[in-house]
Amino acid sequence: MGSATELGRVRGLGSAKSGTHHWMMQRVTAIANLVLMTWLATSLITSDFSSIDAVKMWLAKPAAAVPLALLAMSAFTHIRLGLTVLIEDYVHGEAGKLAAILALTFFTWGGLAFALFSIAALAFGGAAHVGQ
Amino acid sequence: MAAESNRPLSPHLQVYKWGPAMLVSILHRATGDGLAIVGVLVFLWWLGAAASGAEAYTSFIGLASAWYGQMLLIGLTWAFFQHSCSGLRHLLLDTGAGYELNTNRTWAIVVAITPVILTAAVWLFIYYKGL
Repeated sequence: MGSATELGRVRGLGSAKSGTHHWMMQRVTAIANLVLMTWLATSLITSDFSSIDAVKMWLAKPAAAVPLALLAMSAFTHIRLGLTVLIEDYVHGEAGKLAAILALTFFTWGGLAFALFSIAALAFGGAAHVGQ
Repeated sequence: MAAESNRPLSPHLQVYKWGPAMLVSILHRATGDGLAIVGVLVFLWWLGAAASGAEAYTSFIGLASAWYGQMLLIGLTWAFFQHSCSGLRHLLLDTGAGYELNTNRTWAIVVAITPVILTAAVWLFIYYKGL
């Protein structure tokens, strides 16, 4: 590293080549979330999901299970990008930042897997087991 | 990353006047993080309870429809509308529009008020329908 300043060490290396990807994905998933959340909110307030059978009947239809799974994927991507910025802004110190980003990565993949499995279980097993 | 500098920070962190744009900016972050942590846990709890069977689902519905559950859901509804309206403002700002001071201020005020109205409308609809 020698005696160069931080700027001196990176000058001439070009960009990291991935800066706009975060920015763009945040916006792509934002628009997807907006459309899919509007659909979910409308479904939730116009139907009665107080019984589990109603949820199973609803998710047995591809027109409900597919957008809900897409929403989970889009939302968790958006969440990961957003909380990454939060961590980068407020968690100082490389060890803490690394630990927080790692925890966030596990949380988002774990949460997404949990959501997708639950949707699949309700979609594929739900209708056949209504009333159980 | 200049180490141990006593130079003044600009703008000074304690001396400023609140404005609509600042308010919707920090609300965008606060509601986004709230939705990303609390909102997602409620979403996963709902799905997980439904996938776990009638007993788990009944207990979820019991908690969600209790007064504190409703308070939380009303808060999440507002957070969703606030983050969405503010997000739409950001998508418009991304196009390069809305940076004139008066326009920017007007949009920020609209973005601060609209979510409250939308939240009230949704919950009046829910209570009117008797869900």
